Amino acid sequence: MDVAVCVKRVPSTDTRVKVGASGTSIDPTGVQYELNPFDEFAVEEALRVKEKTGGGTVTVICLGPGDAQKELRNELARGADKAVLLKDDQLEARDAYSIARALADQIQKLNVRVVMMGKQAVDRDNGHVGSMVAAMLGYACVTEVVKMEIQGDTARCEREIEGGAREVVEAQLPAVFTAQKGLNEPRYVKLPGIMAAKKKPLEEVAAPAVAPKLTVVEMSLPPARQAGRFMGKGKEAVPELLRRLREESKVL
Amino acid sequence: MAGILVYAEVRNGAVRKASLEAVSEAARLTKELGGSVSAVLVGAAPANAGEVLGKAGASEVIALAGPKFTQYSGDGYAAAIHKVAAQMQPTAIFVASTPQGKDLAPQVAVLTHAGVASDCVGFTVAGGKLLAKRPVYAGKATLTVKAAESLLVATLRPNVFAQTDAGAPVAVTTREAGEVSLRAVVKEVLAAVANKLDVTEAPVVVSGGRGMKGPEHWGLLEALATAFGNAAVGASRAVVDAGWRPHDEQVGQTGKTVSPTLYIACGISGAIQHLAGMSSSRVIVAINKDPEAPIFKVADYGIVGDVFEVLPVLTEEVRRLRAAS
Ligand SMILES: Cc1cc2nc3c(=O)[nH]c(=O)nc-3n(C[C@H](O)[C@H](O)[C@H](O)COP(=O)(O)OP(=O)(O)OC[C@H]3O[C@@H](n4cnc5c(N)ncnc54)[C@H](O)[C@@H]3O)c2cc1C
Ligand SMILES: Nc1ncnc2c1ncn2[C@@H]1O[C@H](COP(=O)(O)O)[C@@H](O)[C@H]1O
Repeated sequence: MDVAVCVKRVPSTDTRVKVGASGTSIDPTGVQYELNPFDEFAVEEALRVKEKTGGGTVTVICLGPGDAQKELRNELARGADKAVLLKDDQLEARDAYSIARALADQIQKLNVRVVMMGKQAVDRDNGHVGSMVAAMLGYACVTEVVKMEIQGDTARCEREIEGGAREVVEAQLPAVFTAQKGLNEPRYVKLPGIMAAKKKPLEEVAAPAVAPKLTVVEMSLPPARQAGRFMGKGKEAVPELLRRLREESKVL
Repeated sequence: MAGILVYAEVRNGAVRKASLEAVSEAARLTKELGGSVSAVLVGAAPANAGEVLGKAGASEVIALAGPKFTQYSGDGYAAAIHKVAAQMQPTAIFVASTPQGKDLAPQVAVLTHAGVASDCVGFTVAGGKLLAKRPVYAGKATLTVKAAESLLVATLRPNVFAQTDAGAPVAVTTREAGEVSLRAVVKEVLAAVANKLDVTEAPVVVSGGRGMKGPEHWGLLEALATAFGNAAVGASRAVVDAGWRPHDEQVGQTGKTVSPTLYIACGISGAIQHLAGMSSSRVIVAINKDPEAPIFKVADYGIVGDVFEVLPVLTEEVRRLRAAS
């Protein structure tokens, strides 16, 4: 079965965020980028769907700057068959809607039955692109999936809800699924994969311009936390800790 | 009509508290924005829906009925809500940022040609427009956003907005949702193994890291949580990746973002990805044997010590305090 999987390139999770000159997005100086962690689960599941259904093509799509070729190449090395870079050097100016619209147009051209995404990109933390693409294409949508199985034209999924309970969701294909941690263990990239990836097709096209629906007014940093009103040593410090929790912070 | 449309989520036969918080916040905002608050729910309305939603500030409660609406369907619910929104033309649509709300809101937004401000923690009105504040980079920064056009769809983080009850009960109007197709439908809900409090919902979170040495010692954290009575147990990613705890307990940038009143980090070093998920807690306590651990840089109170010595004493003292009060 042919599968499309969308991946985003995000500042690495150990980035110390500073506000850039525009005042509306982060200062990119010195920022390292990596694949959005949840998208690794999405790619792994795409590969498994292909393998379980006895073949097909896994196309990995990224909307981002030219440098994102690196992340796409890495997913080709992991096992995807082809890649499309929707090139846009001004990714920060897009909101989830504007990203989703461009991805939806690309996905429609591929004519796949299964679309995988991450549950959330850990930069803007939207968690919207998957459901938006589904709504735009009129596909079914299951978000934050921790288990999925496809049989014929139906997918049976489990998604986590509050307090460790799970919903069993049945979706008719074509559908978009967003991957939550726990869905699978992503496979590692191996040397033969890296060699093979060099010959796999990576198409680069200009991303269609789509006006965002949200305007960013300002990006700000939360006030730094005041560290250490009290530091004690060992179990002898417990009574003083509790006294302060009760009298100073009033949380007990 | 201007005003705010709020989706009221129903679980286990009751309107969720997070939805009542959203209605309360919407009522506060309509005082400045104008218009009123309409609550919409899908499927059968709980008996007290008009009372609780009215008290929270809704001046109208609409229940969308349809034979297919016995279980949640993201696309089905979105289509039904869209019909109401198209008629009402609200300035904003509010949805609680729960697992269901996060699934639903973007689908409603696409149908209504709007953008979604996700997981909002604050709203203001400026120049007649709604501004939403939302954390990004797991709380390392905050964005203030507004709708580029007229309508803003927003999801509201639970436990952030105050629930009010100054309003008056209203009657529930039932409307036929009409024909909608259902592409994804909930078939059943598998109950949790143990009915535990979610880390995102608990007022107190007790979290354990690699310093706990192994899953067999989690009883120490559970005992402390039980002593508090209203606490959930969380974990660092190191612990989840080691398979000691399930991933729904993970706190941090790739886990859950929590902002409880009290967060107690036990044997957690305080890596930047962990801090991202818990720095907005009101009070942070850290117990770690390494005085140089970065967690102490964000902790209000710290104990340098061995968790295996400190935790049993802490648990005993908390238990004693609570029994006395
Ligand atoms: C892409 C990415 C995403 C990530 N996302 C997350 C995330 O969401 N959440 C998260 O938590 N991490 C995340 N991490 C991992 C993070 O970088 C750290 O590796 C992790 O948080 C460390 O967990 P820890 O504090 O339990 O373990 P460690 O860093 O090993 O710390 C253990 C601590 O326990 C203390 N200790 C040991 N024994 C005792 C004792 N007997 N008594 C008291 N203290 C003791 C030690 O002094 C030490 O400070 C992510 C990493 C990456 C790369
Ligand atoms: N620029 C992008 N290019 C490709 N996929 C994306 C992009 N932005 C978001 N996605 C996908 O949508 C998911 C959710 O993103 P978000 O809604 O931004 O949190 C991500 O995990 C990706 O799978």
